[in-house]
Amino acid sequence: MHPEPQHSEPPRPEPPRPEPPRPEAQRPEAQHPEAQRPEAQRPEAQHPEAHEHGPDEVPHTHPEAGVDPHTPLGEGPRALRIGIGGPVGSGKTALVAALCRALGGELRLAVVTNDIYTTEDADFLLRNGVLPAERVRAVETGCCPHTAIRDDISANLDAVEDLEATLGPLDLVLVESGGDNLTATFSKGLIDQQIFVVDVAGGDKVPRKGGPGVTTADLLVINKTDLAPLVGADLSVMDRDAKARRHELPTVFLSLAEDRRATPVADWIRGLVAARV
Amino acid sequence: MRAEARVVAEADGRGGTRLAVLRGESPLLLRRTGPLVDGWVTVHLVGGAAGPLRGDELRLDIEVGPGARLEMLSVAASLALPGRPAPPSVLTVTASVATGGVLRWLPEPLIAAAGCDHVVVTRVDVADGGSLLWRDDLVCGRHEETSGAVLADTMIRYAGVTLYRHELAVGPGAPGWDGAAVLGGGRAVGTLVAVGADLPRPGIAGPDAAVMPLAGPGMLATAVGDDIRAVAAALGPLCRRSRPVPLLTPASG
Amino acid sequence: MSLATLLLLADGRLPSGGHAHSGGLEPQIAAGRVRDVDGLAGFLRGKLATSGLVSAAFAAAACRRTRQWVDLDGGLDARTPSPALRKASRAQGRALLRAGRAMWPIAPIARDPHQPIALGALAAAAGLTPAEAAVAAAHSMITGSASAAVRLLGLDPYAVHALLARLAPECDRIAAVAAERSGDPVDDLPAVGAPLLDIGAEHHATWEVRLFAS
Repeated sequence: MHPEPQHSEPPRPEPPRPEPPRPEAQRPEAQHPEAQRPEAQRPEAQHPEAHEHGPDEVPHTHPEAGVDPHTPLGEGPRALRIGIGGPVGSGKTALVAALCRALGGELRLAVVTNDIYTTEDADFLLRNGVLPAERVRAVETGCCPHTAIRDDISANLDAVEDLEATLGPLDLVLVESGGDNLTATFSKGLIDQQIFVVDVAGGDKVPRKGGPGVTTADLLVINKTDLAPLVGADLSVMDRDAKARRHELPTVFLSLAEDRRATPVADWIRGLVAARV
Repeated sequence: MRAEARVVAEADGRGGTRLAVLRGESPLLLRRTGPLVDGWVTVHLVGGAAGPLRGDELRLDIEVGPGARLEMLSVAASLALPGRPAPPSVLTVTASVATGGVLRWLPEPLIAAAGCDHVVVTRVDVADGGSLLWRDDLVCGRHEETSGAVLADTMIRYAGVTLYRHELAVGPGAPGWDGAAVLGGGRAVGTLVAVGADLPRPGIAGPDAAVMPLAGPGMLATAVGDDIRAVAAALGPLCRRSRPVPLLTPASG
Repeated sequence: MSLATLLLLADGRLPSGGHAHSGGLEPQIAAGRVRDVDGLAGFLRGKLATSGLVSAAFAAAACRRTRQWVDLDGGLDARTPSPALRKASRAQGRALLRAGRAMWPIAPIARDPHQPIALGALAAAAGLTPAEAAVAAAHSMITGSASAAVRLLGLDPYAVHALLARLAPECDRIAAVAAERSGDPVDDLPAVGAPLLDIGAEHHATWEVRLFAS
């Protein structure tokens, strides 16, 4: 009944057998070594000086801050992956809902959320974003939202792969980070392009402060412009500082309260999707 | 002390079950109890001596043939005691259930008295199409007493494949057994493995109890409690037979 | 043997999904059983002696018996009654393989084996011994939950690491036992279970909001 006892075996591993070809998705991405990455793509080594933690955080470590341990995504027939990051309350989930509203009819779309996610949030997306529940996956981040999008992206990659496996080919996957701070950026191993969302209520100094999110994001969204007069924020100052920090990288101003389809952001994504085909 | 007991239940060809073998010796005495009801035969373990004590070697073999229905109960909790310095007491229970056979093993709890050193080895083989309900409850120490050492080593196979393999170690020599990963200070724990027909529904079965679908065709219910009543509250309802069990009327044997 | 390779495999910074798992701690904190470093110590001691031993033995066995991964995986299924824990183990196995494939050539293996099987497969591919695979498994078993305790309870990280240092000899001992038994038939490999880990995982899986995946 029992398998043969193995006592006669030497206590060394058996040599691995040769590997058969694997599908593209499973192949190690060693063909894109870190060294070949263009300098411009490397996140700045801001950590830990520019480090700000939210009020609810507890002590934790930061593996190799500023260094992306993952190789960039390989090219292939897969969905465009866009990361959406930004501080707590800046409007990430509202932006995701707006993009679902704007793009859900024209693109095959799915969402991975790293935020604390409840059925209430799912209902919010269902009601507001016309996104069925099976198109949303929640990833638990063990109280470390930035680890899950930057240092150890495995749970997010699994979620994206599972969405593609269950829904079939997709055009666009939005990966929403958990609310974090100005230093949070996505790994290039997880996403193709990233959007960083700040809001005017956070103060008009945010673009000047910089941080990897503001300086390196492919698109900076300055949200809640409708609140500017109420909080005394000067949008022109924010625009000037963002340009100084970001050089040629685009910045858009948005009021999701007024533009419920996030038109400038949706247009930017449409351009990216069109460029891929 | 060494003792062996053996039960063989067979279909009697008339929709009932007969006991082809019913043999035991102290402290493993077996008694058939109650009339045959709905094809079931019930056998009680009757403690014949104090114990098990260290050094005891006890063995019980149960065989349920095709179409036979056997329920095994015990009249009282068994109490593992220290006794003289000696190797651990060992109780080995083996059971086989043939296709179409049903075995219900629902003994009273085992109590690990302070200083005991007891091992229970359970090996159950259920053939494809057989059914099993296997319950083991353990109380760690008598009232306000520290627990002795008990190792419960269980393997349940179904259709030749290992379905459930589990050891539970409590008492001195089992690091962290009263920590929050194992029993968390609870003094009683019960497990119920169901295989075959009439599986309980999976889900939460109490504040510290759950009914879990195994990877193979079976279900495990586990409950931890401050005392055995909490365990009984969680597992008891899962052990009810579809038809009422007759009142216990020990027969002479 | 390469000590540096072993350290790489055991490093909590290995991007293998571990940071999102509390190793069963989150539900026990919620149940009020772990509130401080002492409570954590009891949790970790019990975990090490139960699922730690099982994981270490299966990691060592998978490292040593690379043609028996399917049988070993089935052995872990039989030792993991909680579906939530099986899911968590397979998710971590999948994530570990993802990291491992980028580091070493790994023989063909299921997409999401149990975590100890994946760990053994990585160890074998990296040229490590079964004993080293066992140490890595036992070590990750306690360090993962300890890190989660710091994040969930705000415990003093120095006090938690002092505890881990005290547990290190026990971790070595467990790994040695595991390695010694790693050649045994699958049914005879360690099977010590922890009822509250099973029960807690099932409760945790029903929560509306949880911070850790398991």
